[in-house]
Amino acid sequence: MSMKPRNIGEKIVYYSMLGVTYAILLVVIYIIADVVVGGIGTISWEFLTEAPRKSGEEGGIWPVIVGTLYLVLGTITFALPLGMAGAIYLSEYATQGRLTRMIRLAIVTLAGIPSVVLGLFGLGMFVIFLQLGASILAGSLTLACMILPTIIVASEESLRSIPQSFREGSLALGATKWETIRRNVLPYAIPGMMTGSILGVGRAAGETAPILLTVAAFFLPTLPTSVFDQCMALPYHLYILATQLPDAEKARPMQYGTALVLIAVVLGFNLTAIVIRSYFRRKYRW
Amino acid sequence: MPLSKQYWKARAIRYFFMTCAATSVLIVVLVFLFLGKESIPFVAKHGVGELFGEVWQPVSFEDEQFGILPLVTGSILVTLLATILAVPFGVVSAIYIAEMASPVEREIWKPVIELLAGIPSVVLGFFGLVVVAPLVKETFGLTSGLNALTGSILLALMAIPTIISISEDAIRNVPKSYKEASYSLGASKLQTIWKVTVPAALSGIVAAVMLGLGRVVGETMAVMMVTGNAAIITFSPVESVRTMTATVAAEMGEVPFGSDHYHALFVIGVVLLCMTFGLNMIAQKVLKKYRIG
Repeated sequence: MSMKPRNIGEKIVYYSMLGVTYAILLVVIYIIADVVVGGIGTISWEFLTEAPRKSGEEGGIWPVIVGTLYLVLGTITFALPLGMAGAIYLSEYATQGRLTRMIRLAIVTLAGIPSVVLGLFGLGMFVIFLQLGASILAGSLTLACMILPTIIVASEESLRSIPQSFREGSLALGATKWETIRRNVLPYAIPGMMTGSILGVGRAAGETAPILLTVAAFFLPTLPTSVFDQCMALPYHLYILATQLPDAEKARPMQYGTALVLIAVVLGFNLTAIVIRSYFRRKYRW
Repeated sequence: MPLSKQYWKARAIRYFFMTCAATSVLIVVLVFLFLGKESIPFVAKHGVGELFGEVWQPVSFEDEQFGILPLVTGSILVTLLATILAVPFGVVSAIYIAEMASPVEREIWKPVIELLAGIPSVVLGFFGLVVVAPLVKETFGLTSGLNALTGSILLALMAIPTIISISEDAIRNVPKSYKEASYSLGASKLQTIWKVTVPAALSGIVAAVMLGLGRVVGETMAVMMVTGNAAIITFSPVESVRTMTATVAAEMGEVPFGSDHYHALFVIGVVLLCMTFGLNMIAQKVLKKYRIG
Protein backbone atom coordinates (compact mmCIF):
# COMPACT_ATOMS: atom_id res chain seq x y z
CA MET A 1 0.00 0.00 0.00
CA SER A 2 1.40 3.36 -0.88
CA MET A 3 0.24 6.36 1.08
CA LYS A 4 1.77 9.77 0.74
CA PRO A 5 2.81 11.71 3.84
CA ARG A 6 -0.15 13.79 4.97
CA ASN A 7 1.32 17.00 6.30
CA ILE A 8 4.58 18.83 6.67
CA GLY A 9 5.42 17.03 9.93
CA GLU A 10 5.01 13.62 8.34
CA LYS A 11 7.06 14.76 5.39
CA ILE A 12 9.94 15.67 7.69
CA VAL A 13 9.79 12.29 9.44
CA TYR A 14 9.58 10.46 6.11
CA TYR A 15 12.56 12.22 4.60
CA SER A 16 14.70 11.92 7.71
CA MET A 17 14.09 8.16 7.77
CA LEU A 18 15.08 8.03 4.12
CA GLY A 19 18.17 10.11 4.90
CA VAL A 20 19.29 7.86 7.76
CA THR A 21 18.89 4.78 5.57
CA TYR A 22 20.81 6.19 2.65
CA ALA A 23 23.55 7.52 4.95
CA ILE A 24 24.50 3.88 5.52
CA LEU A 25 24.69 3.30 1.77
CA LEU A 26 26.98 6.33 1.43
CA VAL A 27 29.27 5.09 4.20
CA VAL A 28 29.55 1.65 2.58
CA ILE A 29 30.35 3.23 -0.78
CA TYR A 30 32.86 5.56 0.86
CA ILE A 31 34.74 2.74 2.60
CA ILE A 32 34.97 0.62 -0.53
CA ALA A 33 35.92 3.62 -2.68
CA ASP A 34 38.60 4.71 -0.20
CA VAL A 35 40.26 1.28 -0.28
CA VAL A 36 39.95 0.95 -4.07
CA VAL A 37 41.26 4.45 -4.83
CA GLY A 38 44.04 4.13 -2.26
CA GLY A 39 45.12 0.69 -3.35
CA ILE A 40 44.70 0.61 -7.10
CA GLY A 41 47.99 2.46 -7.68
CA THR A 42 49.93 -0.18 -5.75
CA ILE A 43 48.57 -3.15 -7.65
CA SER A 44 51.13 -4.25 -10.18
CA TRP A 45 52.58 -7.48 -11.47
CA GLU A 46 55.51 -7.00 -9.11
CA PHE A 47 53.25 -6.41 -6.09
CA LEU A 48 51.27 -9.57 -6.75
CA THR A 49 54.17 -11.90 -7.56
CA GLU A 50 57.10 -10.88 -5.35
CA ALA A 51 57.93 -11.42 -1.69
CA PRO A 52 57.84 -8.48 0.77
CA ARG A 53 61.09 -6.59 1.35
CA LYS A 54 62.20 -4.21 4.14
CA SER A 55 59.63 -5.56 6.63
CA GLY A 56 56.87 -5.13 4.12
CA GLU A 57 57.51 -1.52 3.18
CA GLU A 58 58.52 -2.59 -0.31
CA GLY A 59 58.18 -5.55 -2.60
CA GLY A 60 55.03 -7.57 -2.97
CA ILE A 61 52.66 -9.93 -1.21
CA TRP A 62 52.89 -13.20 -3.18
CA PRO A 63 53.66 -15.47 -0.19
CA VAL A 64 50.87 -13.73 1.70
CA ILE A 65 48.36 -14.55 -1.03
CA VAL A 66 49.60 -18.15 -1.18
CA GLY A 67 49.22 -18.46 2.60
CA THR A 68 45.61 -17.27 2.52
CA LEU A 69 44.94 -19.67 -0.36
CA TYR A 70 46.28 -22.62 1.64
CA LEU A 71 44.23 -21.63 4.69
CA VAL A 72 41.08 -21.33 2.60
CA LEU A 73 41.69 -24.73 0.98
CA GLY A 74 42.38 -26.32 4.36
CA THR A 75 39.25 -24.80 5.86
CA ILE A 76 37.09 -26.01 2.96
CA THR A 77 38.52 -29.52 3.26
CA PHE A 78 37.36 -29.82 6.87
CA ALA A 79 34.26 -27.67 7.05
CA LEU A 80 32.51 -28.39 3.75
CA PRO A 81 31.98 -32.19 3.95
CA LEU A 82 31.21 -32.03 7.67
CA GLY A 83 28.80 -29.12 7.35
CA MET A 84 26.95 -30.58 4.36
CA ALA A 85 26.64 -34.01 5.98
CA GLY A 86 25.38 -32.36 9.18
CA ALA A 87 22.80 -30.44 7.17
CA ILE A 88 21.65 -33.64 5.41
CA TYR A 89 21.03 -35.19 8.83
CA LEU A 90 19.10 -32.19 10.12
CA SER A 91 16.98 -31.83 7.01
CA GLU A 92 16.41 -35.46 5.93
CA TYR A 93 16.85 -37.72 8.94
CA ALA A 94 16.40 -35.81 12.19
CA THR A 95 13.21 -36.21 14.19
CA GLN A 96 12.02 -33.88 16.93
CA GLY A 97 13.96 -34.93 19.96
CA ARG A 98 16.66 -34.22 22.46
CA LEU A 99 19.59 -34.85 20.13
CA THR A 100 18.19 -32.59 17.42
CA ARG A 101 17.52 -29.84 19.96
CA MET A 102 21.06 -30.19 21.29
CA ILE A 103 22.56 -30.01 17.80
CA ARG A 104 20.56 -26.89 16.98
CA LEU A 105 21.55 -25.25 20.26
CA ALA A 106 25.20 -26.11 19.57
CA ILE A 107 25.06 -24.55 16.10
CA VAL A 108 23.59 -21.30 17.44
CA THR A 109 26.11 -21.22 20.27
CA LEU A 110 29.06 -21.92 18.00
CA ALA A 111 27.95 -19.17 15.63
CA GLY A 112 27.93 -16.70 18.53
CA ILE A 113 31.37 -17.51 19.94
CA PRO A 114 33.74 -14.57 19.31
CA SER A 115 36.46 -15.40 16.80
CA VAL A 116 39.22 -14.53 19.25
CA VAL A 117 37.80 -17.03 21.76
CA LEU A 118 37.79 -19.68 19.03
CA GLY A 119 41.41 -18.69 18.45
CA LEU A 120 42.15 -19.40 22.12
CA PHE A 121 40.40 -22.75 21.75
CA GLY A 122 42.44 -23.54 18.63
CA LEU A 123 45.61 -22.65 20.49
CA GLY A 124 44.72 -24.80 23.49
CA MET A 125 43.35 -27.75 21.54
CA PHE A 126 45.08 -27.97 18.15
CA VAL A 127 48.37 -26.15 18.66
CA ILE A 128 49.22 -27.38 22.15
CA PHE A 129 47.08 -30.38 23.15
CA LEU A 130 47.22 -32.18 19.78
CA GLN A 131 50.78 -30.87 19.30
CA LEU A 132 50.18 -29.62 15.78
CA GLY A 133 52.18 -26.48 16.59
CA ALA A 134 51.41 -23.16 14.95
CA SER A 135 50.62 -24.59 11.54
CA ILE A 136 48.37 -24.40 8.51
CA LEU A 137 46.61 -27.50 9.83
CA ALA A 138 45.85 -25.92 13.24
CA GLY A 139 44.71 -22.67 11.61
CA SER A 140 42.47 -24.42 9.09
CA LEU A 141 40.84 -26.54 11.79
CA THR A 142 40.15 -23.43 13.89
CA LEU A 143 38.67 -21.56 10.92
CA ALA A 144 36.64 -24.64 10.02
CA CYS A 145 35.05 -24.64 13.51
CA MET A 146 34.23 -20.97 12.96
CA ILE A 147 32.42 -21.35 9.62
CA LEU A 148 30.76 -24.71 10.31
CA PRO A 149 27.49 -23.11 11.54
CA THR A 150 27.24 -20.92 8.42
CA ILE A 151 27.62 -23.95 6.16
CA ILE A 152 25.16 -26.11 8.11
CA VAL A 153 22.46 -23.43 8.30
CA ALA A 154 22.72 -22.47 4.62
CA SER A 155 22.85 -26.08 3.44
CA GLU A 156 19.88 -27.11 5.54
CA GLU A 157 17.86 -24.21 4.20
CA SER A 158 18.72 -25.24 0.66
CA LEU A 159 17.76 -28.89 1.30
CA ARG A 160 14.45 -27.86 2.87
CA SER A 161 13.56 -25.75 -0.15
CA ILE A 162 13.43 -28.90 -2.33
CA PRO A 163 9.74 -29.84 -2.64
CA GLN A 164 8.62 -32.89 -0.68
CA SER A 165 7.15 -34.37 -3.87
CA PHE A 166 10.68 -34.94 -5.23
CA ARG A 167 11.34 -37.28 -2.33
CA GLU A 168 7.92 -38.94 -2.39
CA GLY A 169 8.14 -39.67 -6.11
CA SER A 170 11.43 -41.43 -5.71
CA LEU A 171 10.39 -43.37 -2.60
CA ALA A 172 7.18 -44.47 -4.31
CA LEU A 173 9.23 -46.05 -7.10
CA GLY A 174 10.97 -48.20 -4.51
CA ALA A 175 14.18 -46.26 -4.05
CA THR A 176 15.78 -46.32 -0.60
CA LYS A 177 16.06 -43.18 1.47
CA TRP A 178 19.73 -42.72 0.61
CA GLU A 179 19.13 -43.30 -3.11
CA THR A 180 16.39 -40.70 -2.94
CA ILE A 181 18.62 -38.17 -1.24
CA ARG A 182 21.53 -38.84 -3.57
CA ARG A 183 19.64 -38.82 -6.85
CA ASN A 184 16.60 -36.67 -6.30
CA VAL A 185 17.42 -34.17 -3.56
CA LEU A 186 21.14 -33.41 -3.51
CA PRO A 187 21.55 -32.55 -7.22
CA TYR A 188 19.00 -29.76 -6.86
CA ALA A 189 20.16 -28.62 -3.43
CA ILE A 190 23.88 -28.47 -4.20
CA PRO A 191 23.85 -24.97 -5.77
CA GLY A 192 22.18 -23.50 -2.68
CA MET A 193 24.52 -25.40 -0.40
CA MET A 194 27.50 -24.07 -2.35
CA THR A 195 26.24 -20.48 -2.10
CA GLY A 196 26.07 -20.56 1.66
CA SER A 197 29.36 -22.34 1.94
CA ILE A 198 31.18 -19.86 -0.27
CA LEU A 199 29.90 -17.00 1.92
CA GLY A 200 31.33 -18.81 4.95
CA VAL A 201 34.66 -19.40 3.26
CA GLY A 202 34.85 -15.72 2.32
CA ARG A 203 34.49 -14.90 6.00
CA ALA A 204 37.27 -17.33 6.88
CA ALA A 205 39.60 -15.68 4.35
CA GLY A 206 39.10 -12.31 6.03
CA GLU A 207 39.38 -13.35 9.69
CA THR A 208 42.45 -12.33 11.64
CA ALA A 209 42.01 -13.15 15.31
CA PRO A 210 41.83 -16.97 15.02
CA ILE A 211 44.86 -17.26 12.76
CA LEU A 212 46.79 -14.79 14.89
CA LEU A 213 46.87 -17.38 17.65
CA THR A 214 47.15 -20.56 15.60
CA VAL A 215 49.12 -20.14 12.38
CA ALA A 216 50.12 -16.71 11.14
CA ALA A 217 53.66 -15.46 10.81
CA PHE A 218 54.52 -11.97 9.62
CA PHE A 219 57.54 -12.91 7.58
CA LEU A 220 58.73 -16.27 6.31
CA PRO A 221 61.69 -16.61 3.97
CA THR A 222 60.19 -19.53 2.06
CA LEU A 223 56.74 -20.65 1.02
CA PRO A 224 55.18 -23.29 3.29
CA THR A 225 55.94 -26.82 2.12
CA SER A 226 53.67 -28.87 4.37
CA VAL A 227 50.51 -28.51 6.43
CA PHE A 228 52.68 -28.38 9.56
CA ASP A 229 54.37 -25.15 8.45
CA GLN A 230 53.30 -21.67 9.47
CA CYS A 231 52.17 -19.35 6.73
CA MET A 232 51.60 -15.68 6.07
CA ALA A 233 48.05 -14.45 5.48
CA LEU A 234 46.43 -11.35 3.99
CA PRO A 235 44.47 -10.11 7.04
CA TYR A 236 47.38 -10.63 9.42
CA HIS A 237 49.78 -8.97 6.99
CA LEU A 238 47.54 -5.91 6.77
CA TYR A 239 47.26 -5.77 10.57
CA ILE A 240 51.05 -5.80 11.01
CA LEU A 241 51.68 -3.30 8.20
CA ALA A 242 49.08 -0.93 9.65
CA THR A 243 50.03 -1.08 13.32
CA GLN A 244 53.46 -2.58 13.95
CA LEU A 245 55.81 -0.73 11.61
CA PRO A 246 57.86 2.16 13.02
CA ASP A 247 57.01 4.37 10.06
CA ALA A 248 53.41 3.60 9.17
CA GLU A 249 53.04 6.54 6.77
CA LYS A 250 55.80 5.22 4.53
CA ALA A 251 54.09 1.87 4.18
CA ARG A 252 50.70 3.41 3.21
CA PRO A 253 50.80 2.21 -0.41
CA MET A 254 51.56 -1.34 0.72
CA GLN A 255 48.80 -1.17 3.35
CA TYR A 256 46.21 0.03 0.85
CA GLY A 257 47.39 -2.50 -1.72
CA THR A 258 47.03 -5.36 0.76
CA ALA A 259 43.63 -4.08 1.93
CA LEU A 260 42.42 -3.92 -1.67
CA VAL A 261 43.59 -7.46 -2.47
CA LEU A 262 41.96 -8.74 0.73
CA ILE A 263 38.66 -7.00 0.02
CA ALA A 264 38.79 -8.26 -3.57
CA VAL A 265 39.31 -11.84 -2.36
CA VAL A 266 36.50 -11.71 0.23
CA LEU A 267 34.01 -9.85 -1.94
CA GLY A 268 35.06 -12.06 -4.86
CA PHE A 269 33.80 -15.05 -2.87
CA ASN A 270 30.56 -13.21 -2.07
CA LEU A 271 30.05 -12.20 -5.69
CA THR A 272 30.62 -15.77 -6.87
CA ALA A 273 28.00 -16.92 -4.39
CA ILE A 274 25.50 -14.34 -5.62
CA VAL A 275 26.11 -15.25 -9.27
CA ILE A 276 25.67 -18.97 -8.59
CA ARG A 277 22.49 -18.23 -6.64
CA SER A 278 20.88 -16.17 -9.37
CA TYR A 279 22.00 -18.57 -12.16
CA PHE A 280 20.42 -21.60 -10.53
CA ARG A 281 17.35 -19.69 -9.47
CA ARG A 282 16.66 -19.14 -13.12
CA LYS A 283 17.58 -22.69 -14.13
CA TYR A 284 15.50 -24.59 -11.59
CA ARG A 285 11.93 -23.59 -11.04
CA TRP A 286 9.23 -25.63 -9.41
CA MET B 1 13.16 -62.65 10.31
CA PRO B 2 16.86 -61.90 9.83
CA LEU B 3 17.55 -58.26 9.17
CA SER B 4 18.66 -57.69 5.62
CA LYS B 5 21.92 -56.22 4.43
CA GLN B 6 19.95 -53.26 3.14
CA TYR B 7 18.61 -52.52 6.60
CA TRP B 8 22.10 -52.38 8.08
CA LYS B 9 23.34 -50.23 5.23
CA ALA B 10 20.53 -47.74 5.76
CA ARG B 11 21.27 -47.63 9.47
CA ALA B 12 24.98 -47.09 8.84
CA ILE B 13 24.27 -44.18 6.52
CA ARG B 14 21.90 -42.64 9.04
CA TYR B 15 24.43 -42.91 11.86
CA PHE B 16 27.15 -41.46 9.64
CA PHE B 17 25.12 -38.29 9.04
CA MET B 18 24.08 -38.15 12.67
CA THR B 19 27.72 -38.26 13.76
CA CYS B 20 28.60 -35.44 11.38
CA ALA B 21 25.77 -33.29 12.76
CA ALA B 22 26.70 -34.13 16.33
CA THR B 23 30.25 -32.88 15.71
CA SER B 24 29.01 -29.34 16.31
CA VAL B 25 27.89 -30.39 19.80
CA LEU B 26 31.32 -31.92 20.37
CA ILE B 27 33.09 -28.73 19.23
CA VAL B 28 31.04 -26.53 21.57
CA VAL B 29 31.71 -28.89 24.50
CA LEU B 30 35.41 -28.90 23.66
CA VAL B 31 35.51 -25.09 23.47
CA PHE B 32 34.08 -24.79 26.99
CA LEU B 33 36.29 -27.64 28.23
CA PHE B 34 39.58 -26.30 26.87
CA LEU B 35 38.97 -22.72 27.95
CA GLY B 36 38.05 -23.98 31.40
CA LYS B 37 41.04 -26.30 31.57
CA GLU B 38 43.50 -23.56 30.65
CA SER B 39 42.04 -21.00 33.05
CA ILE B 40 41.77 -23.22 36.14
CA PRO B 41 45.52 -23.00 36.97
CA PHE B 42 45.19 -19.22 37.31
CA VAL B 43 42.14 -19.36 39.57
CA ALA B 44 43.74 -22.13 41.64
CA LYS B 45 46.87 -20.08 42.22
CA HIS B 46 45.54 -16.55 42.61
CA GLY B 47 41.90 -17.05 43.48
CA VAL B 48 39.01 -15.24 41.87
CA GLY B 49 39.54 -12.07 43.95
CA GLU B 50 42.67 -11.07 42.05
CA LEU B 51 40.59 -10.73 38.88
CA PHE B 52 38.50 -7.92 40.37
CA GLY B 53 41.56 -5.74 40.75
CA GLU B 54 41.71 -2.39 39.05
CA VAL B 55 45.14 -2.78 37.50
CA TRP B 56 46.03 -4.94 34.54
CA GLN B 57 49.81 -5.16 34.61
CA PRO B 58 50.68 -8.67 33.53
CA VAL B 59 54.34 -7.99 32.75
CA SER B 60 56.32 -6.47 35.59
CA PHE B 61 59.51 -7.27 37.52
CA GLU B 62 58.13 -6.65 40.99
CA ASP B 63 54.40 -6.81 41.04
CA GLU B 64 52.34 -8.50 38.36
CA GLN B 65 48.68 -7.61 38.60
CA PHE B 66 45.85 -9.32 36.80
CA GLY B 67 42.82 -7.14 37.50
CA ILE B 68 40.51 -7.49 34.51
CA LEU B 69 38.15 -4.68 35.62
CA PRO B 70 39.71 -2.07 33.29
CA LEU B 71 39.38 -4.51 30.39
CA VAL B 72 35.76 -5.30 31.23
CA THR B 73 34.85 -1.62 31.56
CA GLY B 74 36.74 -0.96 28.30
CA SER B 75 34.66 -3.57 26.51
CA ILE B 76 31.44 -2.28 28.07
CA LEU B 77 32.23 1.33 27.17
CA VAL B 78 32.88 0.67 23.47
CA THR B 79 29.90 -1.71 23.32
CA LEU B 80 27.52 0.85 24.84
CA LEU B 81 28.75 3.64 22.59
CA ALA B 82 28.48 1.37 19.55
CA THR B 83 24.92 0.47 20.54
CA ILE B 84 23.94 4.12 20.91
CA LEU B 85 25.30 4.75 17.41
CA ALA B 86 24.06 1.57 15.73
CA VAL B 87 20.51 1.26 17.08
CA PRO B 88 18.99 4.41 15.54
CA PHE B 89 20.61 3.77 12.16
CA GLY B 90 19.92 0.04 12.17
CA VAL B 91 16.32 0.19 13.36
CA VAL B 92 15.25 3.18 11.24
CA SER B 93 16.80 1.58 8.15
CA ALA B 94 15.08 -1.71 8.89
CA ILE B 95 11.74 0.10 9.17
CA TYR B 96 12.40 2.02 5.97
CA ILE B 97 13.44 -1.08 4.01
CA ALA B 98 10.60 -3.24 5.33
CA GLU B 99 7.73 -0.76 5.14
CA MET B 100 8.57 2.20 2.96
CA ALA B 101 11.05 1.13 0.28
CA SER B 102 9.94 0.27 -3.24
CA PRO B 103 10.59 -3.28 -4.50
CA VAL B 104 13.52 -2.01 -6.59
CA GLU B 105 15.09 -0.31 -3.56
CA ARG B 106 14.75 -3.54 -1.61
CA GLU B 107 16.62 -5.43 -4.31
CA ILE B 108 19.48 -2.94 -3.93
CA TRP B 109 19.56 -3.09 -0.15
CA LYS B 110 20.08 -6.81 0.27
CA PRO B 111 23.50 -6.86 -1.44
CA VAL B 112 24.49 -3.55 0.23
CA ILE B 113 23.93 -5.06 3.66
CA GLU B 114 25.74 -8.24 2.62
CA LEU B 115 28.59 -6.07 1.37
CA LEU B 116 28.90 -4.19 4.67
CA ALA B 117 28.72 -7.46 6.61
CA GLY B 118 31.36 -8.92 4.31
CA ILE B 119 34.08 -6.31 4.84
CA PRO B 120 36.78 -8.02 6.94
CA SER B 121 37.17 -6.40 10.35
CA VAL B 122 40.88 -5.83 9.80
CA VAL B 123 40.05 -3.75 6.72
CA LEU B 124 37.51 -1.73 8.72
CA GLY B 125 40.18 -1.30 11.39
CA PHE B 126 42.61 -0.03 8.78
CA PHE B 127 39.98 2.36 7.42
CA GLY B 128 39.38 3.52 11.00
CA LEU B 129 43.06 4.11 11.53
CA VAL B 130 43.57 6.10 8.35
CA VAL B 131 40.22 7.90 7.96
CA VAL B 132 38.04 7.84 11.10
CA ALA B 133 40.72 8.43 13.75
CA PRO B 134 42.06 11.66 12.19
CA LEU B 135 38.46 12.82 11.74
CA VAL B 136 37.60 12.19 15.40
CA LYS B 137 40.85 13.84 16.47
CA GLU B 138 40.08 17.04 14.57
CA THR B 139 36.38 17.19 15.37
CA PHE B 140 36.97 17.03 19.12
CA GLY B 141 40.36 18.75 19.18
CA LEU B 142 42.16 15.81 20.75
CA THR B 143 45.81 14.86 20.79
CA SER B 144 45.04 11.40 19.46
CA GLY B 145 42.15 9.90 17.53
CA LEU B 146 42.80 6.44 18.93
CA ASN B 147 40.05 6.19 21.55
CA ALA B 148 36.82 4.50 22.56
CA LEU B 149 34.69 6.67 20.25
CA THR B 150 36.64 5.75 17.11
CA GLY B 151 36.42 2.08 18.06
CA SER B 152 32.70 2.26 18.65
CA ILE B 153 32.05 3.95 15.30
CA LEU B 154 33.63 0.96 13.56
CA LEU B 155 31.80 -1.48 15.83
CA ALA B 156 28.51 0.25 15.02
CA LEU B 157 29.22 -0.36 11.32
CA MET B 158 29.66 -4.06 12.10
CA ALA B 159 26.50 -4.33 14.21
CA ILE B 160 24.29 -2.52 11.69
CA PRO B 161 23.95 -5.39 9.16
CA THR B 162 22.85 -7.82 11.90
CA ILE B 163 20.40 -5.31 13.38
CA ILE B 164 18.91 -4.41 9.99
CA SER B 165 18.39 -7.93 8.68
CA ILE B 166 16.83 -9.39 11.83
CA SER B 167 14.72 -6.30 12.66
CA GLU B 168 13.46 -6.32 9.08
CA ASP B 169 12.31 -9.93 9.48
CA ALA B 170 10.60 -9.00 12.74
CA ILE B 171 8.79 -6.04 11.16
CA ARG B 172 7.64 -8.09 8.18
CA ASN B 173 6.30 -10.74 10.55
CA VAL B 174 3.74 -8.34 12.00
CA PRO B 175 0.35 -9.61 10.76
CA LYS B 176 -1.13 -7.62 7.93
CA SER B 177 -4.44 -7.39 9.78
CA TYR B 178 -2.85 -5.11 12.42
CA LYS B 179 -1.92 -2.58 9.78
CA GLU B 180 -5.21 -2.89 7.95
CA ALA B 181 -7.09 -2.27 11.17
CA SER B 182 -5.01 0.83 11.75
CA TYR B 183 -5.56 2.15 8.21
CA SER B 184 -9.28 1.52 8.43
CA LEU B 185 -9.42 3.76 11.50
CA GLY B 186 -7.96 6.52 9.38
CA ALA B 187 -4.37 6.40 10.56
CA SER B 188 -1.72 7.48 8.11
CA LYS B 189 1.09 5.23 6.94
CA LEU B 190 3.63 6.80 9.32
CA GLN B 191 1.22 6.69 12.27
CA THR B 192 0.62 3.02 11.54
CA ILE B 193 4.36 2.28 11.36
CA TRP B 194 5.27 4.02 14.61
CA LYS B 195 2.17 3.26 16.66
CA VAL B 196 1.24 -0.23 15.44
CA THR B 197 3.92 -2.04 13.44
CA VAL B 198 7.01 -1.10 15.44
CA PRO B 199 5.48 -1.77 18.87
CA ALA B 200 4.24 -5.14 17.60
CA ALA B 201 7.72 -6.01 16.32
CA LEU B 202 9.53 -4.58 19.33
CA SER B 203 10.63 -7.86 20.90
CA GLY B 204 12.15 -8.98 17.61
CA ILE B 205 13.93 -5.66 17.28
CA VAL B 206 15.29 -6.01 20.82
CA ALA B 207 16.55 -9.50 19.95
CA ALA B 208 18.20 -8.11 16.81
CA VAL B 209 19.99 -5.47 18.87
CA MET B 210 21.16 -8.13 21.33
CA LEU B 211 22.57 -10.30 18.56
CA GLY B 212 24.33 -7.21 17.22
CA LEU B 213 25.71 -6.59 20.72
CA GLY B 214 27.01 -10.15 20.86
CA ARG B 215 28.96 -9.46 17.71
CA VAL B 216 30.28 -6.15 19.04
CA VAL B 217 31.48 -7.56 22.39
CA GLY B 218 33.44 -10.29 20.63
CA GLU B 219 34.91 -8.14 17.88
CA THR B 220 38.67 -7.97 18.03
CA MET B 221 40.75 -6.60 15.21
CA ALA B 222 39.10 -3.28 14.45
CA VAL B 223 38.93 -2.43 18.16
CA MET B 224 42.51 -3.43 18.77
CA MET B 225 43.70 -1.20 15.92
CA VAL B 226 41.90 2.02 16.86
CA THR B 227 41.16 2.23 20.60
CA GLY B 228 44.70 3.02 21.74
CA ASN B 229 44.83 0.01 24.08
CA ALA B 230 45.44 1.77 27.41
CA ALA B 231 44.19 -0.46 30.24
CA ILE B 232 42.53 2.22 32.38
CA ILE B 233 39.09 2.47 33.96
CA THR B 234 37.27 5.34 32.29
CA PHE B 235 33.83 6.25 31.06
CA SER B 236 34.90 9.04 28.77
CA PRO B 237 34.38 8.28 25.07
CA VAL B 238 37.48 10.23 24.07
CA GLU B 239 39.86 8.31 26.34
CA SER B 240 41.92 5.41 25.13
CA VAL B 241 40.61 2.02 26.30
CA ARG B 242 41.64 -1.59 26.06
CA THR B 243 38.99 -4.26 25.49
CA MET B 244 39.06 -7.89 26.60
CA THR B 245 39.30 -9.15 23.04
CA ALA B 246 42.17 -6.82 22.14
CA THR B 247 44.07 -7.88 25.25
CA VAL B 248 43.85 -11.55 24.34
CA ALA B 249 44.82 -11.01 20.72
CA ALA B 250 47.64 -8.58 21.42
CA GLU B 251 49.26 -10.35 24.35
CA MET B 252 48.85 -14.04 23.52
CA GLY B 253 51.66 -13.88 20.98
CA GLU B 254 54.20 -12.80 23.56
CA VAL B 255 53.39 -14.76 26.71
CA PRO B 256 55.48 -17.74 27.77
CA PHE B 257 53.41 -20.92 27.54
CA GLY B 258 52.03 -22.00 30.92
CA SER B 259 52.79 -18.72 32.73
CA ASP B 260 50.28 -16.94 34.98
CA HIS B 261 49.79 -14.39 32.24
CA TYR B 262 49.01 -17.15 29.73
CA HIS B 263 46.33 -18.64 31.97
CA ALA B 264 44.97 -15.18 32.82
CA LEU B 265 44.31 -14.59 29.12
CA PHE B 266 42.26 -17.79 29.05
CA VAL B 267 40.26 -16.48 32.02
CA ILE B 268 39.43 -13.42 29.91
CA GLY B 269 38.38 -15.83 27.17
CA VAL B 270 35.99 -17.55 29.58
CA VAL B 271 34.47 -14.20 30.62
CA LEU B 272 33.97 -13.29 26.95
CA LEU B 273 32.49 -16.68 26.19
CA CYS B 274 29.98 -16.37 29.04
CA MET B 275 28.96 -12.82 28.07
CA THR B 276 28.34 -13.64 24.41
CA PHE B 277 26.70 -16.96 25.26
CA GLY B 278 24.28 -15.20 27.64
CA LEU B 279 23.40 -12.47 25.12
CA ASN B 280 22.84 -15.03 22.38
CA MET B 281 20.67 -17.33 24.47
CA ILE B 282 18.35 -14.52 25.55
CA ALA B 283 18.10 -13.23 21.96
CA GLN B 284 17.36 -16.72 20.62
CA LYS B 285 14.65 -17.24 23.25
CA VAL B 286 12.93 -14.04 22.16
CA LEU B 287 13.27 -14.85 18.46
CA LYS B 288 11.90 -18.34 18.99
CA LYS B 289 8.98 -17.12 21.04
CA TYR B 290 7.93 -14.79 18.24
CA ARG B 291 8.95 -17.21 15.45
CA ILE B 292 11.29 -14.86 13.66
CA GLY B 293 14.22 -15.81 11.46
